[in-house]
Amino acid sequence: MGDVKLAFIVQKPQYKGETSRLAITHAIAYQTVEILLDDGDTVTPTLCFTGEGVLGLQNGQKAMDLYGITSTETHFKNSLLVDLDVLICKEDLARYGIPENAIPDAEDMGADKKVKIVPFSEIQKAVEESKHVLFF
Amino acid sequence: MGILTIGCFPGLIGNMSYDFALKLAEAAVNKGHKVNIWFSGNATGSIKAHQKHLKDYSTGEKYLKALLEKGVEICTCEACTVARGIQKTEGIEKIQWNAMHWYLAKIHASDRVLQIGGE
Repeated sequence: MGDVKLAFIVQKPQYKGETSRLAITHAIAYQTVEILLDDGDTVTPTLCFTGEGVLGLQNGQKAMDLYGITSTETHFKNSLLVDLDVLICKEDLARYGIPENAIPDAEDMGADKKVKIVPFSEIQKAVEESKHVLFF
Repeated sequence: MGILTIGCFPGLIGNMSYDFALKLAEAAVNKGHKVNIWFSGNATGSIKAHQKHLKDYSTGEKYLKALLEKGVEICTCEACTVARGIQKTEGIEKIQWNAMHWYLAKIHASDRVLQIGGE
């Protein structure tokens, strides 16, 4: 069957509910899915943040200090560390007044992958190229 | 016939999305389709055995057992489940426990995927 492309669309803000966090962890799970697949089969998710989904991604989160849980920032960086394609809607960042330089990268963790802040049309393209689309 | 995988994230109590997911699974399996259900988030609370069906509340257990009998594969996210204080020994028999890659693997082989979002 080969590779199956998936689009994970996060539309809910981080910390308000659990599913926006679960979108990231489910996407990261692509790293280990091969143990359950036949040789040559792969899953390739693209993690996309749109609408209110762009909220709660900023640098400098202290969830571990204040609540004793891992921050979304950490999960977000982990997704880059495992080479996920991560797209953030440029228009929605602007709509909420979030500067693009407030979005973390994972260079300090040694990740080569960079987050892509893109027009919504790019996210739409990722959706069109995917076999399945999952909304969180 | 096709393969349908349903990702079910809402809690059992407090909304009808969970009920919808199970009814949809039943309709699909009755038509001869292969159906997989993945529980994550609050939906994992529904795999606990010995639920008392009070008529004011949705119930999962008897419907889940019926789906399992019909060959539906049901799996709960182990991390989400133990985080809610439910141990494997307390779960409904024949429901699988696994990590998130189980869901991705089932999606890989599926013709259709329905993600029923949660809270």
